[in-house]
Amino acid sequence: MTRPASVYYYATCLVDLLYPRAGLAGMQLLRAAGIDVVLPRDQTCCGQPAFNSGYRDEALAVARAQLDAFPGDAPIVVPSGSCAGMIKHHWPELFASQPDARRAQAVAERVYELTEFLVDVLDVRLEDLGEPLQVAIHSSCSARREMGVADRIERLVGQLEGVEVLVQQRAAECCGFGGTFAVKQGDVSGAMVKDKTDALRATGAARVISQDCGCLMNIGGAFEFQGDGPRTQHIAEFLWERTGGRVS
Amino acid sequence: MNQTDAFHRRIDEALHNAQLRQNFRSALTGIMARRAEQFPDETQLQALRDQARAVRANALVRQPELLERLEAKLTENGIQVHWAEGPDEANAIIHGILERAGAKTVVKGKSMVSEETGLNHYLEHHGIEVIESDLGEYIIQLAEEPPSHIVAPAIHKNRREVAELFQRFHPEIPYTEDIDQLTQSARVVLRDRFANADAGISGVNFAVAETGTLCLVENEGNGRLSTTAPRVHVAITGIEKVVERLSDVPPLLEILTKSATGQPITTYFNMISRPRQPGELDGPEAVHLVLLDNGRSRIRVDDELLDTLRCIRCGACINHCPVYVQLGGHAYGTVYPGPIGIALEPQRIGIHKVGTLTSACTLCGACGEVCPVRIPLPKLINRLRAEAVDGLRAGTAVRGHGSMRKPAEAGVWLLWRWLYTAPSRYRLFTRLATRLRWMTPPWLGAWTRYRCAPRPAQRTLHELAREEGFRNE
Amino acid sequence: MSDSRERILARLRANRPIEVPTPTVYAKPLGWDREHCIASFMQRMQAVRGEVHRIARDAWVDWLAGELPARGIHHLLAGNGDVGDRLASALPASIRLSRYDHPIEQWKPALFNDIDAAITHARAGLAESGSIVLWPDANEPRLMSLAPPIHIALLDSHKLHENFAAMIAAEHWANGMPTNALLISGPSKTADIEQTLAYGIHGPKQLITLLLD
Ligand code: SF4
Repeated sequence: MTRPASVYYYATCLVDLLYPRAGLAGMQLLRAAGIDVVLPRDQTCCGQPAFNSGYRDEALAVARAQLDAFPGDAPIVVPSGSCAGMIKHHWPELFASQPDARRAQAVAERVYELTEFLVDVLDVRLEDLGEPLQVAIHSSCSARREMGVADRIERLVGQLEGVEVLVQQRAAECCGFGGTFAVKQGDVSGAMVKDKTDALRATGAARVISQDCGCLMNIGGAFEFQGDGPRTQHIAEFLWERTGGRVS
Repeated sequence: MNQTDAFHRRIDEALHNAQLRQNFRSALTGIMARRAEQFPDETQLQALRDQARAVRANALVRQPELLERLEAKLTENGIQVHWAEGPDEANAIIHGILERAGAKTVVKGKSMVSEETGLNHYLEHHGIEVIESDLGEYIIQLAEEPPSHIVAPAIHKNRREVAELFQRFHPEIPYTEDIDQLTQSARVVLRDRFANADAGISGVNFAVAETGTLCLVENEGNGRLSTTAPRVHVAITGIEKVVERLSDVPPLLEILTKSATGQPITTYFNMISRPRQPGELDGPEAVHLVLLDNGRSRIRVDDELLDTLRCIRCGACINHCPVYVQLGGHAYGTVYPGPIGIALEPQRIGIHKVGTLTSACTLCGACGEVCPVRIPLPKLINRLRAEAVDGLRAGTAVRGHGSMRKPAEAGVWLLWRWLYTAPSRYRLFTRLATRLRWMTPPWLGAWTRYRCAPRPAQRTLHELAREEGFRNE
Repeated sequence: MSDSRERILARLRANRPIEVPTPTVYAKPLGWDREHCIASFMQRMQAVRGEVHRIARDAWVDWLAGELPARGIHHLLAGNGDVGDRLASALPASIRLSRYDHPIEQWKPALFNDIDAAITHARAGLAESGSIVLWPDANEPRLMSLAPPIHIALLDSHKLHENFAAMIAAEHWANGMPTNALLISGPSKTADIEQTLAYGIHGPKQLITLLLD
């Protein structure tokens, strides 16, 4: 698509409450690239937690409550692969045969994951101001498989001159978050995140970055619990920190 | 014990078995790498998946007429066809065939469908000796365990465990942990069995309606021996295995072997269309096919769930599942483990019995990405979760629908809905949560056994954005 | 027929899922010439430990006469056709030649235990997968390529097809299948212990293809 003058930003409930700095960094990056960013006040949640737990009526009700928040046709940028995937791929399914199915479909078609938008639409150029740093990237499963945008985060980080990317073993394997999975199958999830943190730690990277806060909450929380491990950070916050806003 | 507690107990056992988890991790890492090597060209892979999917989808749509054609063609060829609704009927049919043939010993090639019916136990109970002849199946028969994987049944055992089993049952053979020598021992032990068995039992990979042909895919030769050396051959298969044309087989065969074990083709592809004909000097004089339903026709009723039946049992979804690799197959407690098990078993057996399996999935999508017939496994699993808790307005296709709905859980989601459907309530909630963040409990159930608890930030993104001068209206 | 049959079919007929187009016939033309086919066949077969020897059309009898004693093969099994006839006069006295000329029931233990190797024709070969194609018959029964520890196959190099799909189309297999048809790619193998390949489990431990020009 052509470069829009303005975009809507879909905060996602997780970012709004737990990782607002990451969310803000995403907005700042977009603004630095010359885009007018609007954060609609009346957004809450895409409905994914309920949808993935089988409570589709509840998911539908909450998803429907978002429809009025994004009037017009500006793109909707989401700093999360899984929430973007929910809206883009599962809303059409969830709203199927509902009276507002077409509206939901129209919103779904306007959705971009943040790194996807930065690369595909804005084709941003990043200027790296930071010290040399080794990082490991953990792409979320939804960014990788549902949205098919796992390489965008790599391309963005690849622009940073001082940053070296170290690849973890079994990079495509799930970290074990899975939303309510982490609670319903806590021990399995714990075993999975143990393997994931071991693989990430083994790279020797000083920082782990991802495009999804769910993975970061899981991986970062495990590092903290284990008392040893690299710092975890959302890609938006990382890019903002490295470039200080030198984005074009 | 209810199904969920029982499942968690099996999971607990698996997670505490370090050797088992090591065995799975190393075996699956190898299989995944070998599969990837078979598909160097992404475009060709996707085209082949499209073809395989189309073949299987077509066969399912036309299933009733294809089954009738298959039956007519097989009968014309001299192969006797039997239909069974469920396990008991299938077992009784097979027992009847063996009894009439005076068969006392049976060699068996690998068949997951016979695991569904518990055939070995049934026959042994009726005084017929059954010898599993696939090496993996033989190993677990000695160990008296069910398969832990649909393609590699003994994948959970390492060479030392196999060596100990052989030592116990064949003390006459010198102890060895060398895989080549263990393989030779099995050859020696099973050879007489093939030569002397009265009947052979096998599964079927594809049943071709057009020509009346039963296709078997294997590496060892035990499938060929079981279907060639004894006087009688009984094949058992699910009704969904029928395909329309012989020309449908090459793409399925290619993608099956590449997806399953990372081989461009298996050692043997065995196509059986008749019993021994006049003048022929070997091969069974009688060939039977048992077509088992066992819940499959019910699955086909739903246009979404129908996709489950496209499965060609390659096991790729299992090999790529990040949950299966932690648990192994036995923890699932069903015949089919892993993603295909989670999708199939609650439909086949009922949500009230095994619906809890649907919790063992992060919806990461690794299974759907590799499935050679493009079964949307995560979508099906998600759908079954909705069936389990009656979370759909419409749709009650699956047995045990709604049986896992718990008032407390449903209440939580109702509350969530109340909060998240009204932006004003949501804002009040996030405001409270950020202001009272010191009250966040440091203990959040299972989460904090492995991780620190997340804490709300001091201010929400909406607040930060306004401060930074972003439009927030 | 049983009630089960009727009930199952009735349930299946009760739902006619959304039609899907009949899939096109799968073809994967590779455009390989004869030499390319031969090279691929040999490479794929050897990759799974199948032996392939490319020799002149009439040289196989001499090849066997020289090679069998060197490999310690004392008892060779041939079928009822021309292969056995030609070998009967050509093999050295140290090699016993048996013919598969009576029903298996009369000599099963001997077939399983006494034969060192069996020789058969291959009806065709597949270049892409490195497979030989057999249609066992009264002259060359099914167990010949299965029970003895070594299977020797004679394959005319002009009978190589690119792949399975090309072969069944060119030879119109759908018009009539034999009792048993086989694709064989290498000797018997297993990976059931630790996913580690081991050869020679239940079927032949060696597969020797003589590719005849
Ligand atoms: S669901 Fe797909 S990947 Fe899994 S066993 Fe079946 S065909 Fe293979």
